[in-house]
Amino acid sequence: MEEQAPRKIMFVNRKAPHGSIYAYEGLEVILIFGAYDQEISAAFLDDAVLSLKKGQDTSEIGTKEFSATFRVLEAYGVENRYVERESLEQRGLTEEDLVMDVDVVDGATLRKYMGEQDVLLPF
Amino acid sequence: MKFGILIQEGPYNHQASDSAYNFIQASLEKGHEITGVFFYNDGVINTTKLMDIPADDRHISKRWSELGAKGIQLIVCVAAAKRRGINPDVLIDNARIDGLGQLSELCIESDRLITFGD
Repeated sequence: MEEQAPRKIMFVNRKAPHGSIYAYEGLEVILIFGAYDQEISAAFLDDAVLSLKKGQDTSEIGTKEFSATFRVLEAYGVENRYVERESLEQRGLTEEDLVMDVDVVDGATLRKYMGEQDVLLPF
Repeated sequence: MKFGILIQEGPYNHQASDSAYNFIQASLEKGHEITGVFFYNDGVINTTKLMDIPADDRHISKRWSELGAKGIQLIVCVAAAKRRGINPDVLIDNARIDGLGQLSELCIESDRLITFGD
């Protein structure tokens, strides 16, 4: 393949962490993409902000508890990690409730960032 | 234009697979290139040859296989496939099981990546 500038790829996570497999399989894709030399962003909005909440316990529903895995995103090359402020506030959460370091940005800013991407991948 | 396609939903239960198929047909008619179709999430279920469809309905997996015969690469995510019982024994002709890295390649090689899902 010929050399080209890194692509700007953003994962747009919108779904709750449990109740469906979308959030988990989305996380699996993010981890793989981190290995490629592209500019990777992960955005969390709507119920997906709950994926990042500390202190989850899924033992009663018998599914994997994967919130801690988000902490490795930075080490995996996911440079930009955004959480939408409005989604966080609507669910009564603050930045301190989250398992990893993120940039909390308002919806308008996040939409602007989305517009700058080459690829948006919704999960 | 080079289009990469990502399908995230299963056949028959959801419009995504049909919409993707129609989009691809229209794109080819217009002279665009399809860099590949990647099946993820329940989308992997599109690629089983065990489907047995009443004669008066569309046969979705056969339709995909025919598209693959035209030279369009059909890539099925190995991790998502394993969870859902899709393995090489049941895979339609002209598709292959491969890793998520192939989706990354599609993102890099295509002018646009179009996703079909919820």
